[in-house]
Amino acid sequence: MTQQTSAVRERSARTISAFLLDYGIIIAVFLLYIVLSLQTNAFFSIRNQLNILDQAHQIGLIAVAATVVIIAGGFDLSTGAIFAMSGVIAAMVARDLGAHEEFATAAPWLGWTAGLIAGTLLGLLNGVLVTFFRINTFVATLSSGIVFRGFALLITEAEMVRVSDSAFRELARGNILDVRHTVFIWLGFALALSFMLFRTRFGRYVFAAGDNPEAARLSGINVNLVRTITFGISGLAAGMAGVLSASKFLKAQNDSGQGLELISIAAVVIGGTSIMGGEGAVWRTVLGVMLLRLIENGFNLMNVEPFYQDIFQGLIILLAVALDALRHRRS
Amino acid sequence: MVLNPTALVEIRKVSLSFVAVQALQEIDLSINQGDIHALVGENGAGKSTLGKVISGIERPDEGDLLINGEVRHYTHPRDALRDGITTITQEIALLNNQSVLHNVLLGQEICRAGVLQRGQMLAEFERLVELTGFSLDPDERVGRLHMADQRKVEVLQAVARDSRLIIMDEPTAMLADDETQVFLDIVRNLQRSGHTIIYISHFLEEVLELADVVTVMRNGRIVRTAPTAEETTHSLVEAMLGRSMLEMYPPRQAPAPDAAVVFEVQGLAAPGLGSVDLQLRAGEITGLAGLVGSGRSRLARTLFGALERDAGEILVHGEAVQLNSTSDAIQAGVFMLPESRKEQGLLLKQNIRSNLSLPHMHSIVGRGGVISRARESDRIGQLLKILNVVPPEPRLIVNRLSGGNQQKVLFGKWLFEQPTVFIVDEPTRGIDIGARRAIYELVVELATQGVAILLISSEIEEIMGLAHRSLVMRLGSIVAEFEAGEDGKLDEQAIMQAAFGAETMQRATTGGEAP
Repeated sequence: MTQQTSAVRERSARTISAFLLDYGIIIAVFLLYIVLSLQTNAFFSIRNQLNILDQAHQIGLIAVAATVVIIAGGFDLSTGAIFAMSGVIAAMVARDLGAHEEFATAAPWLGWTAGLIAGTLLGLLNGVLVTFFRINTFVATLSSGIVFRGFALLITEAEMVRVSDSAFRELARGNILDVRHTVFIWLGFALALSFMLFRTRFGRYVFAAGDNPEAARLSGINVNLVRTITFGISGLAAGMAGVLSASKFLKAQNDSGQGLELISIAAVVIGGTSIMGGEGAVWRTVLGVMLLRLIENGFNLMNVEPFYQDIFQGLIILLAVALDALRHRRS
Repeated sequence: MVLNPTALVEIRKVSLSFVAVQALQEIDLSINQGDIHALVGENGAGKSTLGKVISGIERPDEGDLLINGEVRHYTHPRDALRDGITTITQEIALLNNQSVLHNVLLGQEICRAGVLQRGQMLAEFERLVELTGFSLDPDERVGRLHMADQRKVEVLQAVARDSRLIIMDEPTAMLADDETQVFLDIVRNLQRSGHTIIYISHFLEEVLELADVVTVMRNGRIVRTAPTAEETTHSLVEAMLGRSMLEMYPPRQAPAPDAAVVFEVQGLAAPGLGSVDLQLRAGEITGLAGLVGSGRSRLARTLFGALERDAGEILVHGEAVQLNSTSDAIQAGVFMLPESRKEQGLLLKQNIRSNLSLPHMHSIVGRGGVISRARESDRIGQLLKILNVVPPEPRLIVNRLSGGNQQKVLFGKWLFEQPTVFIVDEPTRGIDIGARRAIYELVVELATQGVAILLISSEIEEIMGLAHRSLVMRLGSIVAEFEAGEDGKLDEQAIMQAAFGAETMQRATTGGEAP
């Protein structure tokens, strides 16, 4: 009898811990909402919520794309540099074309588009380095990131690129029903990637490439192409974030976006996507991003010293990685 | 032989259950000092779990373990090691970049003030070598040794640790036939030098040849323990299955005499392969026999477009095709089941559904590559029925399935659409008898439907039992071809001789029989 009940207890303890490992992020975000709502009055207003979502767009865009890269078995450490490069290119194109009479109205659009194309191309270049030249993804994107930043410095000559046409600001500052475009863009991008991962052939291939590349290849999949495209998506996301930043401030510079790549990967890990590849989901990353933003927002509202924020964020990242390792040891 | 053997290990009413399974149920067993005691049973019968209980890796829920008449409660393998119990598993676990000497004396290094005493260590090594009768170069890097020699290193390691009882769990599963023979001699030597051995194996001939006593397990219980002299392969299989042994291989239909050649290879040349010519006919199962390393898998992978080739033409249905990638091959109707389920075959973190449809996404996607869930789940449902995967739950992660069911899923990946040619490389490696029989039925069924099958197997019985015709590879070339005789049977002796090359065969048989 006692043997049986203890076995049952152990079994349910196991399923509970498995549940916590899998869905801990939901509970964490939920608890944080409750705590922050109780602690401060300002937190639970619609205005503050929209603010949080708006402020999350940079990390959000890059992190949801990083989710796809990581599921396919890669890492992209160049997103901060691509962010800077795309912003600079978008701003330069808008500025220079804006100076010509005949392009003046189209200049903002051309600038935004140029930034996105640049980001995507740089991402695809990363993909080629990783697949065709078979360079380890950390090393490849770490070094390509340094090169990209170097080029950003070269073309701007370390000068701030300013756009005078305020129409260029419309992309980031504009809103629909009081909700900033940035919010629609990043959540829409997240939805699109989520659909791609779970409802399309390409999504299946992404999981296959990260889970077991040899088995994927022997199932007729061009694993290199799949991985290259995931880097292209990451470049596109960093490009979007860079263009939005240039648009928001009407200026761009070569050294912006430093550290974005790491905080984005941290958001992916916090959400519960495995850094081993082959597993994960975009909704997890969205929650991971929100968790980081909520902590920052909440600490600001409560007037906590910023260095406590850093310590707290670091500990959460550590916890997330530890949980990932634990999950793998169990299976 | 000891006249009045004392029990070295005694197990009394041991039970153990995992989350959903009762792995061991009230096991009573004694292992006598100096015996080679075999444990046999299907996958999941509990034999490995029992071994793990004895070596302290698993703790039983109930019951007692007695070593030399004393009750022991091991909580960690090192507790068992202290009592002289060691384990050798299927996978070789050695430091590949270290020397034989350092591997053998790992954890037993002789030091003075933390400095290794090479002279003394060599002397100890010599003592161990003398005890077991092995000859090994102590300074060779382990990674450069053959697998059989690596096994010797593991055995020496066990002996160095003063083990009295060595538990061997499928020690020959990764060895080639000739290496297996060497290993069996090693085990006999160990017995002679006074060691007790628990020998867990799928290979019944090996067990009958080697062991003094055999215990048959089924569903976590012991069916019987008997001297091997009283058992045959037949009686063991019956006991393992719990029913009389049906014919292992399903009846096969000879292909129509005028069956078309659907796959033809002319003058294929590739790294590691000689010039290969090959013809496969619709509905025919062609065996491809040969020793490990003879190039069979290399040929299979080359035909499937997974390895590059230098020259040669491949014709499917009489038309030349370019198979430069695996997706080319799949489009041309040439499918391949890879030999290693975990490394080359399955996406272990994905569910059954994703694994099954992976090579055939083009047939279930609509515009923009969006998956039609209805089409997919229809097909998956049918496949699970045909494959008889347990549990038939499309969303179950493949990692959670048993080996046999994983193999069924791997096989099912290639049933999603009908192939023209199906190359199956070791289709039943490491799976139990029930799953084996299911795979054999699928192979024969496919042939009946007109698929040309190229069957690669290291088990000659499998080729004997399934193939209509057999090719033999040796050193990268096809060296012989055998048709089934009047009685529908292939000549096993002839195939083996061709695989070894006749003179090597001679040596192998005389060497094996010398006591």
